[in-house]
Amino acid sequence: MLIQLKDIKKIYRIGGDLEVPVLKGISLQIEQGEYVALMGESGSGKSTLMNILGCLDRPSSGEYLFEGKDISRATNDERAMLRNKKIGFVFQNFNLLPRTSALENVIMPLTYTANGLSMKERLERGRAMLEKVGLKERMKHHPSQLSGGQQQRVAIARALINNPPVLFADEPTGNLDSQTSIEVMNMFTELNSREKITIILVTHSQETADCAKRVIRLADGMIKS
Amino acid sequence: MRFFTTFTLAFHALRRNPTRSLLTTLGIVIGIAAVIAMTEIGKGSSNSIARSISQMGAGNLLVMPSHTNKGGISSGSGSAMTLTPDDYKAIVRECSSVGTAAPIVTARVQVVAGNKNWNPWNIHGSTPEYVKVQNFGMPTEGELFTDEDVQTSNTVCLIGNTVRRELFGEGVSPIGEEIRIGKVNFRVIGVLPSKGANMMGFDQDDVILAPWTTLRYRVTGNRTSTSSSSGNSDISTGDLYPSTGTAFYPERSETQVKDSLLAPRFTSIDQIMVQAVSPDLVNDALEEITQLLRERHKIRPGAENDFRVRNFSEMANTLQTTSTVMTNLLLCIAMISLVVGGVGIMNIMLVSVTERTREIGLRMAVGARSKDILRQFLVEATVLCLFGGIIGILLGRGGAYLVSKLMQWPTESSPGAIIAAVVTSAAVGIIFGFYPAWKASRLDPIEALRYE
Repeated sequence: MLIQLKDIKKIYRIGGDLEVPVLKGISLQIEQGEYVALMGESGSGKSTLMNILGCLDRPSSGEYLFEGKDISRATNDERAMLRNKKIGFVFQNFNLLPRTSALENVIMPLTYTANGLSMKERLERGRAMLEKVGLKERMKHHPSQLSGGQQQRVAIARALINNPPVLFADEPTGNLDSQTSIEVMNMFTELNSREKITIILVTHSQETADCAKRVIRLADGMIKS
Repeated sequence: MRFFTTFTLAFHALRRNPTRSLLTTLGIVIGIAAVIAMTEIGKGSSNSIARSISQMGAGNLLVMPSHTNKGGISSGSGSAMTLTPDDYKAIVRECSSVGTAAPIVTARVQVVAGNKNWNPWNIHGSTPEYVKVQNFGMPTEGELFTDEDVQTSNTVCLIGNTVRRELFGEGVSPIGEEIRIGKVNFRVIGVLPSKGANMMGFDQDDVILAPWTTLRYRVTGNRTSTSSSSGNSDISTGDLYPSTGTAFYPERSETQVKDSLLAPRFTSIDQIMVQAVSPDLVNDALEEITQLLRERHKIRPGAENDFRVRNFSEMANTLQTTSTVMTNLLLCIAMISLVVGGVGIMNIMLVSVTERTREIGLRMAVGARSKDILRQFLVEATVLCLFGGIIGILLGRGGAYLVSKLMQWPTESSPGAIIAAVVTSAAVGIIFGFYPAWKASRLDPIEALRYE
């Protein structure tokens, strides 16, 4: 069992006493190696759920077990370490550092990993990662010199640099045309089937969700199906 | 996160916007450059003042007779005649802090050479020690008179450059020429090296130097004490220094006293110029001389001295203090520009934090802790300041060098100032970089990632 949510609730407080419940008790289990798509209307709470799953946010109540450990009450620093080692993020708008080469972007998370890798070892790992996503020829290119699909592949390489068991993708094809979308989705499928990496993606598009093996639909802070 | 990595990270971040980094650090560059240039120029000028002061005689003391006060009328300073050649010899012999001393006899008379005449500011009679005490150095032409000349009251003299110009004109060697000082002919045997004007603007080259005995006995005559000229004819050395000590002359009978019309004379000298062993020992020398002369002149405890000792180091201290105050003032202004530079750094770092909100969010998402972000921005500000500091040091030293080369100002390098500059610039970076860095570290990763 990779991820287990037990009655997760999230309530936002606006101003003094106005409480807005966004997640109204979500229980969910995701096994290692699953390929899950989170779908829902905007405002359904899927981004909030994603943030909680990705350890960026804390639930107001409920239990979150990650690899069997309860992390719903973990400190900021503990969650940061978890994000660094166990979780990879891919964003809709790529979020690459501007005026920084693809290779440097990929090895950026290693800066915050306390594993004592030398600069040479890091670069080696970054190169291997970029090769894996098919950007061997583009290592020195800056994000502005890369196409959208290439940028997203750099972002995927960055997410995978620490070999995390799970990869979160928030609308990974939202900024891409249909052709490159297919390329990126193929890459996810391949990563899932070949390397058994758990993939959880948030999407609007049915086409994208069809790639996943399991679809979780959210509506009004609850799981619909 | 290791320290070296943080530095490379900061370097990369700054390199992404080189123009802005350069402009931001300009405030620090100017501040540090100003500090360095000020210290180097200030230190140089204060050292050169110290040097010229010691050349002018920081270690010097001038012993003068006190004024006389007879019948309610005070004469000016030095009008009494209380210093004797024996006093001078005793000072040299007995005061351990005294390096050299020279007696000085002064005259102000017309000097004639051929068809030209001149009235020098100083006609000094002294011993060969005079050039040492006055820091004149050896004569540029001819030679110094000797102790023998002093003993035999030889009519030889040395002249300063101004006197030489006035009496002989340029390009004519005065050596061996005769000049008339008052009514006595002297042979010029040397020319004193040029010293220029002193601190008070007096021309130190307007001088004639002769053996003091010659000047005293042949030119000025032995001045008698003012008291005798005021009609009080009955004065003896015993009255001057009342004591039971050895009298200069055998005791006179009453008849003899009544018969004699003139007071007995003893040789007086006008001043004694003293040089301490080193400028630090000036105060010791002053103490010793005062002690010795009070003893020699038989002055009772509590009674006023009949001589004065003038100390040049007071003037020297004043000048030194002035220069230090000026340097510190300029340093303060330079420090203010450093603070202004620091505020500039803070401003740009704040802009940078806002601009890079997304980057901060991303870094947090991939595992940066708050303290990593804090450290990154802090190091960035510090690197910026240190970089500015290094350029500032080079610029400041270059500026000081140019000033010393083009304007001939004395400068002196100061390793202390350089270390202080590096420390200050790093401190400015940490102090003014802290608030923006703290702000960055408090960002919420979700908000930051969503920031447009």
